[in-house]
Amino acid sequence: MKILTGNDLKSGAVTWWTGVGWSLDVNDAADVGEDGAKIIAREEGAQNVFAAYVIDGVKTAEGVRPAHIKDRIRALGPTVRPDLTLKPSDPEAVNWVI
Amino acid sequence: MYKYDEYDQQMVDTRVAEFRDQVRRRLSGELTEDQFRPLRLQNGLYLQLHAYMLRVAVPYGTLNSAQMKVLGDIADKYDRGYGHFTTRQNIQYNWIKLEDTPDILADLAKVEMHAIQTSGNCIRNISSDQYAGAAADELVDPRPYAELLRQWSSFHPEFLTLPRKFKIAVIASETDRAAMRLHDIGIKMVKNDAGEIGCQFYVGGGMGRTPMIGPMIKEFVPLDQLITYSEACLRVYNRYGRRDNKYKARIKILVHELGKDEYARQVEEEFAHLLSQGIEPPLAELERIKPYFDDPAFETDASDDLDLSDPDFRLWVERNCHAHKQAGYTIATVSLKPIGGIPGDASADQIRLMAQLAKDYSFDELRVTHAQNIVFPHVKKADLYTLWQKLDEAGLGTANLDSVGDIIACPGLDYCSLANARSIPVAQKISERFGSAEKQAEIGELKLKISGCINACGHHHAGHIGILGVDKKGVENYQLLLGGSEGADTSLGKITGPGFDEDGIVDAVEKATGVYLANRQEGERFLDTYRRIGMDPFKEAIYG
Repeated sequence: MKILTGNDLKSGAVTWWTGVGWSLDVNDAADVGEDGAKIIAREEGAQNVFAAYVIDGVKTAEGVRPAHIKDRIRALGPTVRPDLTLKPSDPEAVNWVI
Repeated sequence: MYKYDEYDQQMVDTRVAEFRDQVRRRLSGELTEDQFRPLRLQNGLYLQLHAYMLRVAVPYGTLNSAQMKVLGDIADKYDRGYGHFTTRQNIQYNWIKLEDTPDILADLAKVEMHAIQTSGNCIRNISSDQYAGAAADELVDPRPYAELLRQWSSFHPEFLTLPRKFKIAVIASETDRAAMRLHDIGIKMVKNDAGEIGCQFYVGGGMGRTPMIGPMIKEFVPLDQLITYSEACLRVYNRYGRRDNKYKARIKILVHELGKDEYARQVEEEFAHLLSQGIEPPLAELERIKPYFDDPAFETDASDDLDLSDPDFRLWVERNCHAHKQAGYTIATVSLKPIGGIPGDASADQIRLMAQLAKDYSFDELRVTHAQNIVFPHVKKADLYTLWQKLDEAGLGTANLDSVGDIIACPGLDYCSLANARSIPVAQKISERFGSAEKQAEIGELKLKISGCINACGHHHAGHIGILGVDKKGVENYQLLLGGSEGADTSLGKITGPGFDEDGIVDAVEKATGVYLANRQEGERFLDTYRRIGMDPFKEAIYG
């Protein structure tokens, strides 16, 4: 699947396109197919996001998994500070990245 | 400490006001990201892997207590309770909100700090010896010259759009503690045969994807020509440095391609022209600056006696303290590398504690080192045990300076959008495996440096042992380098062979140290043994 990620303008936080809006949780990411560029143009133009780009991902039983480790770390947070990730109480979260 | 004059303060305050308006226009949609990006970068605001990152300049690594306290307060108020001290003697915050940035810069301006020229193709923060003004082995204090260069290079209109970023270091001792020859310009303060102080220029050093050791291009530049000669070096680069290829745009490429003699000849030509233009500030300006760096009021009868009956304190003194020029005093380095910790990170509370301790025990002064540690430059030996106890209570008493646990590591793929592999977890694993006092004592001085990509922010080329993280078909892979050094004996490390996974690289480091321990002669450091026996015994042990 193709998924779309960018950064929130005010906070800089990593966000994922859900099909109707933006979410901090990669598991909410929608398959944008071939529409990525069109969505980016519209959403960046509306100031909803910036630095957006399309990446490859896989839909698994556990959720959406970006194909590249860099995007998995973007999705979770720094592996060396589990307390600052999106899953601070999940000791296995870092393994999902690797 | 240098104090801002009315012009310094006005420049910084004006920039804060300008940026506040630029942020307002960005948030309102008046500015697109393409329009805004160069403006935010000129104020040290990057977009990193998870959020905006703000890099704050610490001129030549020198801070007073009030500045250090504000750095801690910013970590609490605007970030997530910590800051990261960098290999350029700066500090950066990883979780900054755009809308908060003008207020942060305003807070910094109140204590004479800013984030200007911490990004972009301009002259970056001038770095220097972290022991400047305190070391027993220095010729003069290099900071007044670094400050003069800072004033010259700040907002210099001709050098705000160079082919690529530009880094300058100034030192004044034979022991190079600032990796001087791995800078675009390295300046060493020297004395000539007539007994005059002047500047020795090394140009075209650097790390990154094409590491080079800067050659000396001018043996002696008189103090009243320092700025003119620096300007000539920059002018030749600005005119002929490549702008068509980012990866060949640093001055090291120009110097290498022209040859140092031809580059030096062109600089001389430009220098002669500039001398006729009278651009050099009068020596009186240097004399005005110097008193800001005068010695603090040392006690002249302070005792050199130290009670070393506490073994942990003794170890810390042996490892982390350095000879001071004043009897009865020492230079104490706080390691930001606890076993298993994140190199260079400090919590807001730790930062504020160090600020207070500097006020109480180090004449209000601190230094940030390029090795991502903090220095108390002027500690009376009679106060040293109390200082260490207070540091140790806060997790800042680790005794490992320049040993295998004192690892330089860039933020790597955990934070950096340019990185290919994570650096910090590798540093943590090595630190845990080698971190015991016994192990570190057995190995002795060993400088280990880790970069998460070819840009080499973790100085891997200059590590006795260097590690470079690369992306191998989407998987982190780590190359091992041996034999680098950033000191007076600067050398570039050589790759041992095929790379390793995360656990494999830690094992490889252990095998390399095993070769050293088996082969070292009396008094040899890891680097000395490597230089004597060469790469082959290490490769044999590592790859079998």
